[in-house]
Amino acid sequence: MSLEFSAEAKQKIDALVGHYPSKQPVVMAALYLAQKEHGALSDDALRLVARTLDLPYPHVYGVATFYTMFRRETAGTNIVRVCTNISCMLRGAYEVLEQFTTELGVEVGGSNAEFKIVEEECIAACANAPAIVCGKEYFLDVEPEQVKDIIAWLRSNPQPEEEVV
Amino acid sequence: MPADVGTKVITGHFGDEEQKKIAVYEQRGGYRNLKKALRMQPAVIKSEVKASNLRGRGGAGFPTGVKWGFLPKDAHEVYLVCNADESEPGTCKDRELIYWDPHQLIEGMVISAFAIGATGNNYIYIRGEMMREYQVLIAALDEARAKGYLGKNILGSGFDCDIHVHRGAGAYICGEETALLNSLEGKRGQPRLKPPFPAIVGVFGKPTIVNNVESLSNIPAIIDKGGEWFAGLGVGRSGGTRIVCVSGHVEKPGIYELPMTLTMRQIIDDVCGGVWKGRKVKAVIPGGTSMPPLAEDELDVVCEFDALMTSERIRPVEYLAGKKFDMGGGRELRTMAGSGGIVVMDDQTDIVRACWRIMHFYYHESCGQCTPCREGTGWLQAVCKKILDGEGKMADVDLLGTIAEGIAGNSICALGEAAAWPMMGFLTKFRNEFYERCVDYDPAVAPPPLAPLPGPEADDEGEDEAGGEGAAA
Repeated sequence: MSLEFSAEAKQKIDALVGHYPSKQPVVMAALYLAQKEHGALSDDALRLVARTLDLPYPHVYGVATFYTMFRRETAGTNIVRVCTNISCMLRGAYEVLEQFTTELGVEVGGSNAEFKIVEEECIAACANAPAIVCGKEYFLDVEPEQVKDIIAWLRSNPQPEEEVV
Repeated sequence: MPADVGTKVITGHFGDEEQKKIAVYEQRGGYRNLKKALRMQPAVIKSEVKASNLRGRGGAGFPTGVKWGFLPKDAHEVYLVCNADESEPGTCKDRELIYWDPHQLIEGMVISAFAIGATGNNYIYIRGEMMREYQVLIAALDEARAKGYLGKNILGSGFDCDIHVHRGAGAYICGEETALLNSLEGKRGQPRLKPPFPAIVGVFGKPTIVNNVESLSNIPAIIDKGGEWFAGLGVGRSGGTRIVCVSGHVEKPGIYELPMTLTMRQIIDDVCGGVWKGRKVKAVIPGGTSMPPLAEDELDVVCEFDALMTSERIRPVEYLAGKKFDMGGGRELRTMAGSGGIVVMDDQTDIVRACWRIMHFYYHESCGQCTPCREGTGWLQAVCKKILDGEGKMADVDLLGTIAEGIAGNSICALGEAAAWPMMGFLTKFRNEFYERCVDYDPAVAPPPLAPLPGPEADDEGEDEAGGEGAAA
């Protein structure tokens, strides 16, 4: 199935192309937009990006599979990125991560319609470890007992990453 | 005189939500240094930055002015790229600098672009996960553009400069400057072989300067008060203050802008309220996880670039017991100030687990391009895990050392060393903790305790000055 970008996304891509000497540097932004508009980077979504920027499909595929924030599968509305790197680990991040999986019944890396749980590398909030980022919202100095409240808060205040493109 | 504790060059407005509004920033003197700089000769700005002894705050500590000097004299199309891909574990300063004071960074960038002749489009490469900070930057850039601090003929000077934000998408390696440039070009973020260095062949094949957020944020103050003043705030060949991010097992973790005269022990005890729960220090990572850790008796060293590399009070790293690692030409490796990310581990920390987590990180983030790094980091994490799970043998501990030694110096970029150095550092100082986990552990084979170090020299300054007031946020 041939996919298309919305008029708004097309406009955005055209504006971004003006920031660079060629179209290729816009590939990451275009992938974000395709992910936003089509839920995930399916083969068709990658073809859409390739066609839009006049790039070979293998190049777009290569970029899309290199970076961890691009996903080939759809994900829940809230992508909860729980840092477990050294500073967060030292202050209990694995316990926090485990609490998320227990509360939601979702494996690390897994997803349901509302939440995807990601074990994240350092998110540069080490002085407030354990730290979580979900969209543009940070949760700092998190304790396992707060996980229930965080989930409830995100249910009423969803933080889709796609809002930021 | 070096800076006092409490001197804030770039973090003075942390915690103040108003600072990110351009009107407030201007009211507080913002953008006046851009006006001043645009009336100066670019060569004069460059010599001020050189005189300031500003050293790159991304991790390498390379003098910013010298880096700028690598641009070809006849270059007519130059780019300035700000590296805002902060992801070195333990480091959390650039994100805060962007969030609290975006205009300070923008002003520093426009001044720097003017100095190096980077007309036209320039870029801030920001980490994909920093969504909040991305929006703050976009808003600040729009404000700056509307006020004429960006765009064509800035403030009537004839200088054209714009800044665009390029979002990464989750790849630690893109903090490596040539990987960053490839990513900026819309490719996989894999590092390039150097030379040529970016100053000669950078983004889009043009001469490019890549500077860290903290480095660029210091530029307005250098224009304001001069390179000599900035150099005077520091120590030796390191100018200015330094932001350290202290995390882990301390009472008051935080982001602190401090003079480079404080020892690691003073930072932990006097600035951060000591180790939590009344415990003692077991190990400290001094500058992001890429750096070899310090043992408890190595903390009386001043946290400054050169001191951490050369002090006799830090043991040289060994890859096998008694076998020093050679950085080339017989140079010993002690540790480095790196990115300023200080991670404190208390005396109850499982060092093997901490080391495994760090190795796992580098394994996950290796770009896969070159064999020593791709395969080596995989082996380091796998063997660490085996020992952690109680299935390792004592020979595996030595295997870790030889793998690390085999990676270092043999990879395309520094990610190889970033894994190998801390691995060797943990082995040097905590070898027994690894041995004790092994199925064939034999205390008779265990290496003798670490050699004692020369005692702390009498400090005639700075000893009593450090207080809790260093807190920046």
